[in-house]
Amino acid sequence: MNSLLRHKGWTWGFRTTILLYFVVLIVLPILGVYYSSFSLGFGNFAESLSDPIAWKSVLLTLKLAVIAALINVLVGTMIAWVLIRYNFPGKVLLNSLVDLPFALPTAVGGLMILLLLGPGSLIGGIAEKLGFEIVFHQPAIVIAMVFVTFPFVIRAVQPLLEELDPSEEEAAYTMGAKGVRVFRQVILPSMAPGIIGGGMLAFSRALAEFGAVVLVAGNIPGRTLVSSVFIYGEVESDNPVGASAVSIILLTLSFLILWLINMVQMRGRRSS
Amino acid sequence: MHVEVRGLNKHFGDFHAVKDVEFGITKGHLIGLLGPSGGGKTSILRMLAGLESPDSGEIIFHGQTVNNLPPQERGIGFVFQNYALFKHMTVFENIAFGLKVKKASKTAIRDRVTELVELTGLKGFEKRYPHQLSGGQRQRVAFARALAPEPQLLLLDEPFAAIDAKIRQELRSWLRELIERVGITSIFVTHDQDEAIEVADEIMIINQGRLEQKGTPWDIYKEPKTPFVATFIGESTLIDDASELKGFNNAGGGKPTKALIRPEYIEVGSLNEFRVASATEQGIVKHLHFRGSEWLIEIEVNGHKLVTYRSLEKETLQIGQEISVLVHRAYLFNEDDSWIQENNLKDDPMPVFI
Amino acid sequence: MRKLWIGLTYLVFFLLIAAPLGKMTAGAFSQGPVGLWNALVRPEALHALMMTGFVVVVVTLLNTLFGIMLALYLVRARWIGRRLKGLLNSIVDLPYAVSPVIGGLMIVLLLGPDSALGALFEGIGLKIVYAFPGMVIATLFVTFPLMVREIMPVLQEIGSQQEEAASTLGAYGWTTFWRVTWPSIRWAVVYGVILTVARSLGEFGAVLVVSGNIMNKTQTATTLVYQDVENFNVTAAGGVALVLAAFSVGLLLLMEWTKRRKGVH
Repeated sequence: MNSLLRHKGWTWGFRTTILLYFVVLIVLPILGVYYSSFSLGFGNFAESLSDPIAWKSVLLTLKLAVIAALINVLVGTMIAWVLIRYNFPGKVLLNSLVDLPFALPTAVGGLMILLLLGPGSLIGGIAEKLGFEIVFHQPAIVIAMVFVTFPFVIRAVQPLLEELDPSEEEAAYTMGAKGVRVFRQVILPSMAPGIIGGGMLAFSRALAEFGAVVLVAGNIPGRTLVSSVFIYGEVESDNPVGASAVSIILLTLSFLILWLINMVQMRGRRSS
Repeated sequence: MHVEVRGLNKHFGDFHAVKDVEFGITKGHLIGLLGPSGGGKTSILRMLAGLESPDSGEIIFHGQTVNNLPPQERGIGFVFQNYALFKHMTVFENIAFGLKVKKASKTAIRDRVTELVELTGLKGFEKRYPHQLSGGQRQRVAFARALAPEPQLLLLDEPFAAIDAKIRQELRSWLRELIERVGITSIFVTHDQDEAIEVADEIMIINQGRLEQKGTPWDIYKEPKTPFVATFIGESTLIDDASELKGFNNAGGGKPTKALIRPEYIEVGSLNEFRVASATEQGIVKHLHFRGSEWLIEIEVNGHKLVTYRSLEKETLQIGQEISVLVHRAYLFNEDDSWIQENNLKDDPMPVFI
Repeated sequence: MRKLWIGLTYLVFFLLIAAPLGKMTAGAFSQGPVGLWNALVRPEALHALMMTGFVVVVVTLLNTLFGIMLALYLVRARWIGRRLKGLLNSIVDLPYAVSPVIGGLMIVLLLGPDSALGALFEGIGLKIVYAFPGMVIATLFVTFPLMVREIMPVLQEIGSQQEEAASTLGAYGWTTFWRVTWPSIRWAVVYGVILTVARSLGEFGAVLVVSGNIMNKTQTATTLVYQDVENFNVTAAGGVALVLAAFSVGLLLLMEWTKRRKGVH
């Protein structure tokens, strides 16, 4: 058995299989989308994008993803701070709960939001009486995006706060700096790579989110139709070129963010 | 095992790590590969083990080229710098690993491990895990593990580097004795000259990928073949122009020649202590350092700073004191050559009989 | 100040996580345990859960196997050049950046009935898109980085010396892997398996696009939830969603437990 496995042919077969799997599964499909969107010429690609439903969906997605990412930056930084710096009952439980949105299927997340805020629910009813609507409108999309990207900022900031040497802070206090100043000049800069990196991850994930959004958005073209749902619609109506055109915009954007995150992390590592 | 290496070369990217290294090792000898860090010692050791493959050259064990043999089939034992013990195995399991792989019988494994445990003084620790051992104990386990499959050649990469200075001394003599008792050909890498001189039968000095010199510690000390070896082994002072020293003014026959002078090449004292007074120069004592068993003295002679030792039995010198200095010999070198030269005024040119 | 921050944190957790979870549970039980039971024993619900189960098992097996191998290659292999390794290493993360819907679209484009490859496979009687193989491939795509990224740092941390030591002691690749490497990475693998299970259990976008969501054929638990909601059958959707959520919470607990084990080693 061992001598059989030691044979050179086996080794090469093994290596080729693994690398082939890798390339076929990941690289080929991505190239396929780029190829498909330009397969009928650049004119066709531009035409697909000039469809107002298409470009409005892209702009809407960008806008809502930015809002969701910003909310997560604020809320996430606060929660990371509280979970690291304070001791209080229930801390361990909350810390484990942070990952729940990752573990939960996104469709389930969407359903939960729908049930909580939907027309028949208590909160939905109150909001309706106050004259604004949540579900099937933009706020619901933002909430869904915030929900699924909730852990990113927290998990990115926590380790940085943990590493932060308390003596740095103390040194600042001994030099007479006041609390706010210490926070702005000592603590915030060391959290910054996590906040930026986590925020960008949240943004890119919000851009891509489909499951939670599709259930709560109502998907009205031009108003609550986000790109991923638009792409799904195009696939369903057998228009792969239109789907690919919007896809490669989202893809390129996501790759750019991924690259930026890598840059931020590298800089963070170098400075520390 | 008789080991022979011919024309060994190794590149890592653009870096030429090992350059045309050639040597032969007699069976049963303990060899120290000595040199500064990053000089290629470890690369040579790893190529001998088969963990790295040479770009060119031949490695010959027992007259057979082993270049194409994987490490598994070279019959070597390797002790890693950080021991690389299997951290999830006990001491017993670590030592038994090589025997189990070779499908030795259970009783044979137990006997051999017990023998090695006793040999290495690890009795009672068989059930411990590596993280429950001290540095010295880990080193012994690594050693026992490498010896267990009865290799023909033992390779040790900086075996004492990770151990406290205090225990290091003790482990060195222990290792030396043990290797002698087992009678296995061994090569160890070190950057510590004391270690190499103390432990090895023969030393190979490696610098910038080249084998500078091979010989017994005494040979290397006495007759360094290259300036690098001369500076690397022992303490010495470098004089940029050897002809400025009294007794060496014709050094190099007119070519610019440098001199390396070891402390023990120098003798100091009052003028009447010397047999040939004309060979001495006047110097001034600049510093005195008490070294426990002797004085280390810095003297200034003709604007050069020289260093030497002086016995505690002799009269104690004072800083600023004028003193006679005799440079018995110097290691001289220029672009073409290097040699050891005696002070040519030392032998009385006109012996006077009283 | 301190109390305010802790209070706010609790509020966020309550609003964003506890309240929706509670509401969904209540919704699923709104017609009593019998209503929940009926929602779950619908033939399409049972079939969907079974499909999800199959996908999870097949994907987890494949992803674990290939993930371990690829991580080993990316960290240890000397036959891959340094540049190529860097490139491959950054490609591993790409699925993180790709929207699941786009991931699904890619597979439809590449292997769908209209594509050359798809036609080829259909010629030999193997349907990929709108069938089980396509769903597995889509899920493999989105779960791909999870295993590799768990194992790689561990391999880097333990270094290659123990493996080299094993090889000088006469052990070949297979023995070395099982006796030396595996004990060091096993908790990372377990963690990766849990992540993969969680992700493949919950994968929705990619599977929806690739499967065509055909009831009693390619419908999975998540796509059934979607269809129930589209059909305004919220109670039934809540039932299936509750099962999925229960699994997720279970996996989350497992994750916490494994994390602790991983820390020990």
